Amino acid sequence: MLLEMVADSIGDRVAVGSLTYAELFERASAGSKLVGDRLIAVDINSEAVPIGLFSAALAGIPYVPVNYRLSDEQLRAIVERAAPGTAVVDPDVVGRLDDIEGLHVIDRPSFLNTVSAGSERSDAPSDPDAIAVLLFTSGTTGTPKAAVLRHSHLTSYVLGTVEFLGADPEDAALVSVPPYHIAGLAAVLSSVYSGRRIVYLPQFSPEEWVEVARREAITHAMVVPTMLGRILEHVEASGSGLPALRHLSYGGGRMPVSVIERALTLLPNTGFVNAYGLTETSSTIAILTPDDHRAALASDDPAVRARLGSVGQPLPTIELEIREGEIWVRGEQVSGEYLGIGATVRDDGWFPTNDGGRIDGGGYLFVEGRLDDVIVRGAENLSPGEIEDALVEHPGVTEAAVVGASDDEWGEVPVAFVVRRDDITELELQSWVRVRLRSSRVPARITFLDELPYSETGKLLRRVLRTTSGS
Amino acid sequence: MELKAGSRWRSAVCDTEVVVVRAPSGSPSLECGGQPMIAHDAERPEGGTVDPAHAGGSQMGKRFADPESGIEVLATKGGAGSLALDGQPLALKDAKPLPSSD
Repeated sequence: MLLEMVADSIGDRVAVGSLTYAELFERASAGSKLVGDRLIAVDINSEAVPIGLFSAALAGIPYVPVNYRLSDEQLRAIVERAAPGTAVVDPDVVGRLDDIEGLHVIDRPSFLNTVSAGSERSDAPSDPDAIAVLLFTSGTTGTPKAAVLRHSHLTSYVLGTVEFLGADPEDAALVSVPPYHIAGLAAVLSSVYSGRRIVYLPQFSPEEWVEVARREAITHAMVVPTMLGRILEHVEASGSGLPALRHLSYGGGRMPVSVIERALTLLPNTGFVNAYGLTETSSTIAILTPDDHRAALASDDPAVRARLGSVGQPLPTIELEIREGEIWVRGEQVSGEYLGIGATVRDDGWFPTNDGGRIDGGGYLFVEGRLDDVIVRGAENLSPGEIEDALVEHPGVTEAAVVGASDDEWGEVPVAFVVRRDDITELELQSWVRVRLRSSRVPARITFLDELPYSETGKLLRRVLRTTSGS
Repeated sequence: MELKAGSRWRSAVCDTEVVVVRAPSGSPSLECGGQPMIAHDAERPEGGTVDPAHAGGSQMGKRFADPESGIEVLATKGGAGSLALDGQPLALKDAKPLPSSD
């Protein structure tokens, strides 16, 4: 329906790569005739992603993007759960999916070639309760769960946040977030609905990102925090800015305040948006706007300045409350449903996010991380983020992560993992934290590492660190 | 008619098509060009005409709302008829764009 509207009004405008919206619609219509019960994608970014997503929608079946970087065993386990259906995959993946019952495997070039003939436009089915997307959560803990997003959730999100054809004809969005991340799918839907051309980066590298952003005069982009840090280093080193980039949003993990301050200085003409959301909420539910960023940076009031570390205010279409330190949300884009497990949304529509948070006097939301990550020292709850922020403020620290380690006296104590710039010592950093925070928050041990473990979508892998810390 | 959020409707007398963005309270009748709208997958009956009293037209991409019942619809195709709820015209809603978050 979204694509149909856009193809009807600006069919000649380029949608993705060199395809126009009219061509995208014709290819998605052709794709919708190929697929079986589900369209599974195990692939890098390319125009096959929007074609696949809309093919599935037109066929009235779920689109199931899966992370190709998983081990063979994990990948097969997920695809077996997602089957039966058709899998559109990177050529390198074909051999990894042999002999899965009910699965028809087609490599990306063949898929693109087959749909390139196009077909008459299919009429989109109109069941808002049909499943649009099954998204296996990144599984930073335990077995991955499949989040269920129905057409009603995604449509509510897009209609609630994006202006139809709101983009200027020269606007272009650089999408480097992988297709199996909710932000990668939200980017497709928002870009198409606003009429903004999509430029894909097949796989992220900071050099490539900056080069494509300059070459394609990219005006909009979304990155995860680790990407932004690396992009800034490259922009700084290469000595010229990103003049066309009007709008850079970030989300998907905690952004260190020092990185965003550097970004605001380095890219003075870019509007920054911090977007907070979950897979289960069809992407963004709160945003810190470009004006909020600049106001916070310019302010002498510590409370306003602190908002640079917030995720801003809830969307007007979302209700949000803090209950006993946990963020709860309600709204039509909120799914909170998992395949085979059912809905975790309460009868009155409220969904517990499992994220800790607080709201300041001006209505700005501060996310304090997963509740599972809270460290309980004695009877005191410690948020790792607060200690990490204090560590990163030290000029000799590049990155820091704090997890709980078991302790005979306190039950649990905070321990830190730090990537250092200079030759600083554990003792120095401990006293640095002590003068900034209370003594209970001083890491009992600090281990220096060359780098912190991240998933490729920028999530800090705390469980890896917990194993290291022996908790 | 059950005007659920996400449900799609077409005009019985013109090209207008809408999707319900926000469901109304109660069970009012959604009309276009003076006639109740029909399900999106239903065939448009022949011979219907737009009532001149409801011929203001609808434009694709625009939102129309009635604050009293809370309904909000988005025109996914424009047409000659104007939208109404139980005979009361829906008002064109000003879009207040949010900064893009993706």
